[in-house]
Amino acid sequence: MVLRPIRVEAQADPTNVDDQSYLTATKSRSLWADAARRFFRHIPSVVSLVLLVLVALFAFTGNFFAVWTNSEVDWSVLGRVPELGAPSLESGHYFGTDDLGRDLFARVVQGSQISLMVGIVGAGIAVIVGTVYGAVAGYFGGRLDSVMMRLVDILLSIPYMFVLILLLVVFGRSISMLFIGIGLISWLDMSRIVRGQTLSLKQKEFIEAARASGAGHFTIIFRHIVPNLLGIVAVYATLLVPQMILTESFISFLGLGVQEPLTSWGALIAQGASNVMYGTLWQLLFPLGFFIVTLFSFYFVGDGLRDALDPKDR
Amino acid sequence: MLKYILKRLAVAIPTLLILIIFSFILMRVAPGGPFNSERPLPAQVLANIEAKYGLDQPWHIQLWEYVVGIVTRFDFGPSFAYTDRTVNDIIAQGFPVTLTYGTWSFVLAVTVGCLLGIAAAVRHNSWIDYFAVGTSIGAQVLPNFVMAPLLVIVFTLWLHWLPGGGWRGGQLPYVIMPVIALGTSYMASIARITRSSMLEVLSSNFIRTARAKGLPSSQIIIRHALKPALMPLLSYLGPAFVGMVTGSVVIDVFFSTGGIGQLFTNSAFNRDYSVIMGITILLGALTITFNLVVDILYAWVDPRIRY
Repeated sequence: MVLRPIRVEAQADPTNVDDQSYLTATKSRSLWADAARRFFRHIPSVVSLVLLVLVALFAFTGNFFAVWTNSEVDWSVLGRVPELGAPSLESGHYFGTDDLGRDLFARVVQGSQISLMVGIVGAGIAVIVGTVYGAVAGYFGGRLDSVMMRLVDILLSIPYMFVLILLLVVFGRSISMLFIGIGLISWLDMSRIVRGQTLSLKQKEFIEAARASGAGHFTIIFRHIVPNLLGIVAVYATLLVPQMILTESFISFLGLGVQEPLTSWGALIAQGASNVMYGTLWQLLFPLGFFIVTLFSFYFVGDGLRDALDPKDR
Repeated sequence: MLKYILKRLAVAIPTLLILIIFSFILMRVAPGGPFNSERPLPAQVLANIEAKYGLDQPWHIQLWEYVVGIVTRFDFGPSFAYTDRTVNDIIAQGFPVTLTYGTWSFVLAVTVGCLLGIAAAVRHNSWIDYFAVGTSIGAQVLPNFVMAPLLVIVFTLWLHWLPGGGWRGGQLPYVIMPVIALGTSYMASIARITRSSMLEVLSSNFIRTARAKGLPSSQIIIRHALKPALMPLLSYLGPAFVGMVTGSVVIDVFFSTGGIGQLFTNSAFNRDYSVIMGITILLGALTITFNLVVDILYAWVDPRIRY
């Protein structure tokens, strides 16, 4: 990383008696304000952030603009989708229709909701479970640590995609099962990262000071260790969201994810892909576009956050 | 070294057992058995069928029989949906297909990825470097289930060069697209890892010494830089292998190659429990074994690593 010159604030001239500004202390900058400044200076991350906000807006307000609902069949198009179902403004099918004559715009809006939700819920579970698990293992160390981490090792070495499919087959395909299945595995990597950070954090003087002043284990973990982990957790959480979206799309691509009439990007991509030979290219390209833009943006925002928050790079 | 291998085995074997028990329990708690059809069978017939498959026994005996069958005879039991075939028959039919294009993808990803990464690092900030960085970013958002339809659009629909699916005993035109679709994203990741570790190695002191001695560039790279630079790659091979195994499901379904992934999703839809379990356990065993081998290799190549 390029070293930037420290910006020197305009110095007040102490000889000028009228100017009282030198008396006021320089405003302190918090760690997070610093990080935010660094983040917003990185153009690709800012652009990605804007794109993400737009995708989210699209997902949660798009229905106000949709002429059709996501399960309504346009009978005038049915059977002649390749000729009549193309994207057009006058029919109200802004993104065209799918092969059953349903409005693709409404379906992409609805699919975006599911995909974003899966990503955010998956990452949220990872943040909560992974942070607590990793912090506890790292903080207490010893036998507890090795048992807890051995368990993570074992869970990580199981080909989870098959287990996830197994879960969905056994308990029926539903969104809540998908969330449970994804939540079961999403926290594993996070707990490893958090544990590693905790191991080095707990050697620091301020933890010793907290212990000396009589703070209990619970207080030390949640008041002193976890807040110091938030930076790295935020970075990995941002990078986890696209992974969760990918996992869900993978499952839905195989037709094992969410059920009709609900849909998701993966399911829409699968449908578009299977109809590609009939010349209905828009059925693939619209969901694919949203999918790619969102994934790209999450990776760039994650990278930007890493540059902004990672203390090693400063 | 031997102690290390034993220690790793002590993790791998319980993992496999947990996987077997977990999937077994899942199957048993599943609502609806394999013989619940829309038209219910007469009670006597159902009882006979369940007796045939041993489903009338207490579950711990079933589990014991199942584990013993796998461990001693490599026998995953009969298929529930296709009553005249065993799970072994079904796996034996699909596995060679998956193995063929999977191996090719893996070889392609590793060789091309390594070469691209090395070239990018050696010619830092040149067009090849930008190409490598660009593809590795692109590959992150183009997973196999996106690559596959895009390849079909380009090579089948527009150029009419390659067939859009099928296997035909593994003739070359049928293999190309599955191999590319499966391997590209891993190739890009391997290129990225190789590039960054090669850059790090090339800026280290011993390489400067080698340059100062006047060794030719090619010799520096091949004799000195290559080994330390490729070491981080070794630890990525495990996850890459796992990713390819799971990715093969998409490839099989999309290209109708008839590999193990297609069997897996078919039996998922048919609720053919024994086949799903058999495939999960087989692939689980494969990945666990592969990770074990990679870890041992890593400890062997890098003497600094001692657990």
